[in-house]
Amino acid sequence: MGTETLERGTGGRPGVRRRDSDLRRRDRGGIATDIPRGWPQSVSGCVLHPAERGDMSELRRTALYGLHLELGAKMVPFAGYEMPVQYAPGVLKEHLHCRAAAGLFDVGHMGQVILRAPSGQAADAAAALERLVPVDLLGLAPGRQRYAMFTDAAGGILDDLMVANRGDHLFLVVNAACKGADLAHLRAHLAGDCAVEEVADRGLLALQGPAAASVMDGVAPGAAAMRFMDVATLDSAFGPLWLSRSGYTGEDGFEISVEGAQCEALAHALLAHEAVQPIGLGARDSLRLEAGLCLYGHDIDSTTSPVEAGLSWAIQTARRAGGAREGGFPGAGRILRELADGPARQRIGLRPQTRAPMREGTPLFATEDAADPVGIVTSGGFGPSIEAPLAMGYLPVDLGQKGRTVWGEVRGRRMAADVVALPFRDPNYKR
Amino acid sequence: MYYTEEHEWLRVEDDLVVVGITEHAAEQLGDIVFVDLPDEGKTVSKDDEVVVIESVKAASDILAPLDGEIVEVNIALSDNPGLVNDDPLGEAWFFKMKVEDLSALDDLMDEAAYKKFIG
Repeated sequence: MGTETLERGTGGRPGVRRRDSDLRRRDRGGIATDIPRGWPQSVSGCVLHPAERGDMSELRRTALYGLHLELGAKMVPFAGYEMPVQYAPGVLKEHLHCRAAAGLFDVGHMGQVILRAPSGQAADAAAALERLVPVDLLGLAPGRQRYAMFTDAAGGILDDLMVANRGDHLFLVVNAACKGADLAHLRAHLAGDCAVEEVADRGLLALQGPAAASVMDGVAPGAAAMRFMDVATLDSAFGPLWLSRSGYTGEDGFEISVEGAQCEALAHALLAHEAVQPIGLGARDSLRLEAGLCLYGHDIDSTTSPVEAGLSWAIQTARRAGGAREGGFPGAGRILRELADGPARQRIGLRPQTRAPMREGTPLFATEDAADPVGIVTSGGFGPSIEAPLAMGYLPVDLGQKGRTVWGEVRGRRMAADVVALPFRDPNYKR
Repeated sequence: MYYTEEHEWLRVEDDLVVVGITEHAAEQLGDIVFVDLPDEGKTVSKDDEVVVIESVKAASDILAPLDGEIVEVNIALSDNPGLVNDDPLGEAWFFKMKVEDLSALDDLMDEAAYKKFIG
C-alpha cells in the first residue's frame, strides 16, 4: 500500500505491502514512498543532477507550494520538485471531475524557454531550432504552437516539447526532469544564432476540461475565441497571460504562463469558480494515458524513435524525404528510413481482458506460453473514464495490429490483452 | 476486533476469522480498482501473500495474518473493488479463515494499540 508511507510512520513492515518484484523501475533512487510505479520521478535519457534524485531537503518548490498545502495536497518528490500527487478527493474523483467540468494543474515545474534571434524574427529562431527537431517550424505561423521532440544522432528522443511562435521569438515548454539537459543542448547547438533564455520568473498552470473555456474567458477575455494550438498574450487582472489552447488530458483547455508573483492569485481566482477543482499528478497521469499521450522517460526516451512512438504526424512534409528542408536534424537517417520502410516495432494501446491492470514494465508475449517476451508495457493502469485497465507499450509491427491478442505477464500469470487503436478515448479539442 | 502491524483487521464470526484492511490502509492505498482473491480451500501460512489489491497508484499484497485455511472469499470485491474504500471495516472483508488455534489472536493489537501504532 502505498505502504511505504505507512511504514515510515510506524517502523512496522506493512503486510498490505507494495509489490515491486514484478516491475522494472527507473532510477528510483531513494525517493519511493507512494508514487505510483510508472510515474516519472527521474527520467532515463536525461542526466539528473544528484539533487533531483530524492534528497527531500533539496527539492524545489513551485510558486503554488503554499496553496497545495492549504488545499490539503499529498506532496511527493517529482522530477526534482515537491509536487501534489493528489488532493482530498483522490485520483479517481479528480480525474472524473476534470472530464466533467474543469481541473487546475500546477505545471510550474516544467521548463519555459525563449529562443530569440538577433534579427528579432521568429523565423530565424525557427530555422535554428529546426536543426534539433524533425518538425517544420518555418511553417509555424505567428500565434500557433506545434508539438516537437529533440532527437539524438541515433534517432532517439531526448525530450518532447511544445514550440510556439510568439511573433518575434519562439516559446518552448519542456519537461521538468529534462530542462537542464535541454537548455544545455539548445545552448550548445544554437550558440551564435539564437539567445536561449530560461523563463524562471513565470509560473505555469493548466486549466483543462469542458468548462475551461468559459472560466478562462472570464479571467482573460478573448481566451474562448482561441482554437486548439493557438497561442496568445491576453490581459488579465493578474498581468499579461501567455496562453496556449492545449494540454495533456485530451480535454479542451489552456496552458497559462503567468508572472510568478501573480501565480497564486490567479490560481485562487480560477479555483473560486464552482467548476474548477485542483488536480494532482496522479489524475494527470491517468488523464493523459486515456488520451494516448506519451510520458517522456516511459513511453518515449532515447531508445525510441518518433516513428516507433507513433509520432510521425509531428514530422511535417517539409522535413521528410523530398520535402523543402528534408532531414537536417539529428538522427535523420534512421527517422527518414523508418518513415519510408516502417519501423520494426511500434507503440500500441492495450486493453487487458480482465480487470487486472498491466503496469509499466509488464513483459508482453505473442502467445500464452511463449518463452520470450516480444514487447513491454511502458505505461499502464486504470482508466477512470473508460472504467477499465489500459496500457501502452511496444510490440513488433506484425503483432501490434489492432485486434490482435497478446499476453502480459502479471505476477507470474499470463493475462490476455487486446491491441487497440490510440487514443483510448476521443479528445475534446476545440478545433 | 484485532489488528495487525500489516494494517489488517480480524474479527471472529462463527469460529471463523474474518479478515479485512483498516480504514487507514484503505485511505493510504487510494481508490481500489482490482482485487485478486485466493481460491477457497487454500491452506496458508502466516505472512503468505494471499490477496493482491491494485489501487489507481500501485499493487499491494495482503498477507495471511495467521496459519489456517481460506474457507470463503468475498467475491463481491471482484465486481466492485471500490467497496474497499467505501466500507473497509464492514462489507469489504476479504476472506474468512479457519484457524486451529484462536489464541494466536491474543498476540495482535486491539483498537487502541493500533491507533497508537499508526500514530
